[in-house]
Amino acid sequence: MKVLLSGNEAIARGAWEAGVGVAAAYPGTPSTEILETLATLPEVRAQWSPNEKVALEVAYGAAVAGSRALAAMKHVGLNVAADPLLSAAYTGVNGGLVVVTADDPGMHSSQNEQDNRHYARMAKIPCVEPSDSQEAKDFTALAFDLSEEFDTPVLLRTTTRISHSKSLVEVGERTARFLKEYAKEPSKYVIIPAHARVRHSVVEARLLDLADYAERTPLNRVEWRDKRIGVIASGISYQYVREVLPEASVLKLGLTFPLPAGLIASFAAQVETVWVVEELEPFIEDQVKAMGIRCRGKDALPREGEFNPDTLRRAILDTGAPPAGPAPGSPALPVRPPVLCPGCPHRGVFYALKQLNLTVTGDIGCYTLGVMPPLEAMDTCLCMGASISAAIGMVKANSDLIGHTVAVIGDSTFLHSGMTGLLDAVYNKAPIPVLILDNRTTAMTGHQDHPGTGRTLQGEPAAALDYLALAKALGVKRVSVVDPLNLEQLKARLREDLAAGEPAVIVARRPCALLSRKPAAPLAVDPAACRMCRSCLRIGCPAISAAGGTVAIDPGLCNGCGLCAGVCKFNAIGKAGEASA
Amino acid sequence: MPEKTTNLLLAGVGGQGTILASKIICAALQEAGHDVKQAEVHGMAQRGGSVVTQIRFGNQVHSPLFGRGEAQVLVAFERLEGLRYLPMLAPGGTVILNDQAILPVPVIMGAQAYPEDAVLRLKEEAGDLLVVQAKEIAAELGNPKAANTVLVGALAGWMARTATNRLTQAHWLSALATQIPEKHRQVNERAFLAGWEVGRR
Ligand SMILES: Cc1ncc(C[n+]2csc(CCOP(=O)(O)OP(=O)(O)O)c2C)c(N)n1
Repeated sequence: MKVLLSGNEAIARGAWEAGVGVAAAYPGTPSTEILETLATLPEVRAQWSPNEKVALEVAYGAAVAGSRALAAMKHVGLNVAADPLLSAAYTGVNGGLVVVTADDPGMHSSQNEQDNRHYARMAKIPCVEPSDSQEAKDFTALAFDLSEEFDTPVLLRTTTRISHSKSLVEVGERTARFLKEYAKEPSKYVIIPAHARVRHSVVEARLLDLADYAERTPLNRVEWRDKRIGVIASGISYQYVREVLPEASVLKLGLTFPLPAGLIASFAAQVETVWVVEELEPFIEDQVKAMGIRCRGKDALPREGEFNPDTLRRAILDTGAPPAGPAPGSPALPVRPPVLCPGCPHRGVFYALKQLNLTVTGDIGCYTLGVMPPLEAMDTCLCMGASISAAIGMVKANSDLIGHTVAVIGDSTFLHSGMTGLLDAVYNKAPIPVLILDNRTTAMTGHQDHPGTGRTLQGEPAAALDYLALAKALGVKRVSVVDPLNLEQLKARLREDLAAGEPAVIVARRPCALLSRKPAAPLAVDPAACRMCRSCLRIGCPAISAAGGTVAIDPGLCNGCGLCAGVCKFNAIGKAGEASA
Repeated sequence: MPEKTTNLLLAGVGGQGTILASKIICAALQEAGHDVKQAEVHGMAQRGGSVVTQIRFGNQVHSPLFGRGEAQVLVAFERLEGLRYLPMLAPGGTVILNDQAILPVPVIMGAQAYPEDAVLRLKEEAGDLLVVQAKEIAAELGNPKAANTVLVGALAGWMARTATNRLTQAHWLSALATQIPEKHRQVNERAFLAGWEVGRR
């Protein structure tokens, strides 16, 4: 039976059919749906972990114990999990271990566009790249076989376009698997230097075997057509090549590390011009050139951003510049930047921070939107967890910033990698208030549960972290909970904590507006009381507009959070239908 | 001679239900025996940004993406988004427009102006423009949220009238049945049929 699946759904299906027993992940676009799908399939112990390092270590332990196991993450997640990955490459596995990295060329929702195939090369493990959902399913199953045959973790690399595009997939059934026997083997699994030296030789020998395998694997294939152009491509680029150069011969690589040197040489020898078509880094191209083979590639194709068929048409068929944009003189269309939702609890926090004119080290999540106008209350945002640690550095470097600097971090992000930063603040006596924005979910990536929400991936009840108890245990003496939409309470608390000269934790607690089932009644502006001072517009709520010369609240968007009523100096905003007092 | 691949573009604003609409469309295409690929951009879209979905169907589809000037049909869930993605439309292509404006924040803040002549410009540049009062139609049927299904109906009706493909109304209704949960099905079926009538004109 054929079903329409996204690449991520297909990976989950492939893992399930291949008998995966344990799967762990931390959410991250474009990888999140892999675990969300696995959670719906029977016989898989699927879980959210607090971060990618933990997820990969859980999957690793499961594999050592004899199960097939999978860990999934977005590309930057593998930076967090790089430590276990590079050493798991030395110890090898027992049951198959597949690590999925979902890269994001074009940065649809990421802070960089690193090319994670480099991790496979650095770790000396195989890298498998599917080019559609059918391959995503088939290659995942094959990656498990490969992992067990060569006793190595396997990196399955997708990109946003593979993970999030849907195409038809022939699905199968689950093959029953028994746990492989677990035997204690410290010389393999305890990676002290004496063992690691031996294991390194194993890794090098394994890489040679894998290079051999690359020549004969069904993951790589040659499609002979016209021999004037021969293209080497993998992943989504293969589909663009088929679209734009339907007559060209193609060496399609499903295994992009290690490369099949013999296959590449013989393919190149039989075509007039070799092109290597790959998004981001010249990962294949550099290696092909190092084999002494002349080829075209990044001399014409961009290193930045995502490809589409037009990219190839321009670079390879030389069709010239893209069609012109709107006619000169026509006004630019208004942009539609992502915004905090109506009723979002984060809005109150950033409005207060802006009013107090503070230096704000931020973090990653919906609340990063606090950097956008009209709130514009964020100074830095680097990577998950960096808010607290960066604030420590700032106040250590510049004492003028003491008393004016706060760190802002989401609940999921705090549990991901903020706890160690907070410990550092206590240990090294950094006088910074830390605002933990506890909206009871991982909102940014589509509302996943985490160790603070009291529910598991499957929605079952679980222990919910007590942030105040944790902060106290780490040594923070000043701890409090505030309502982020109660501006006066929030500002008073911030002022006190900023003046205290020691670390503090303020938990700003209110559930994400998209989670509350029963929003309060919408508010309305009383035109008789409104003086058009525009104060309410400065909170940046998409439900409030002044487009027609008067301020109005869209009842279809407003969820009655009341923040605007609180900032109105003329009491002009109240419940719709009720005259304001 | 392989059948040419057909390209559809759905453009709207986060929260308008473009993703469910594209699921229904893909299911109907699959019912009718087409190869289908669909690409969408997730992530920040949820927070009120533009949401764009590309659907391609035919005998065998390779790339899930197509380029500028290649969409045979643009289904615009909102006027400004219709205008924004107009360059994706193939020469002589059709625009199916939900006659609704959702103001982006820069407009709300008074920093930029909403293009008041959007419908006019779409009319000038599209080969054919079909304006649908999807929100009003859906509201009359009892659920303004079903505006997306009205638009799917309009697309379906338009395709039945003009295009050479294998889709019948039965394919669409069975797609609705698989994609929409029982309790919302009735109103969505009515929304679809109301849209279908507009599309058939
Ligand atoms: C290392 C890493 N993993 C995952 C992500 C994807 N990601 C970005 S923000 C975020 C979590 C946001 O949740 P939270 O901190 O609770 O803030 P909210 O979005 O709920 O406001 C995630 C998972 C990332 N950017 N980097």
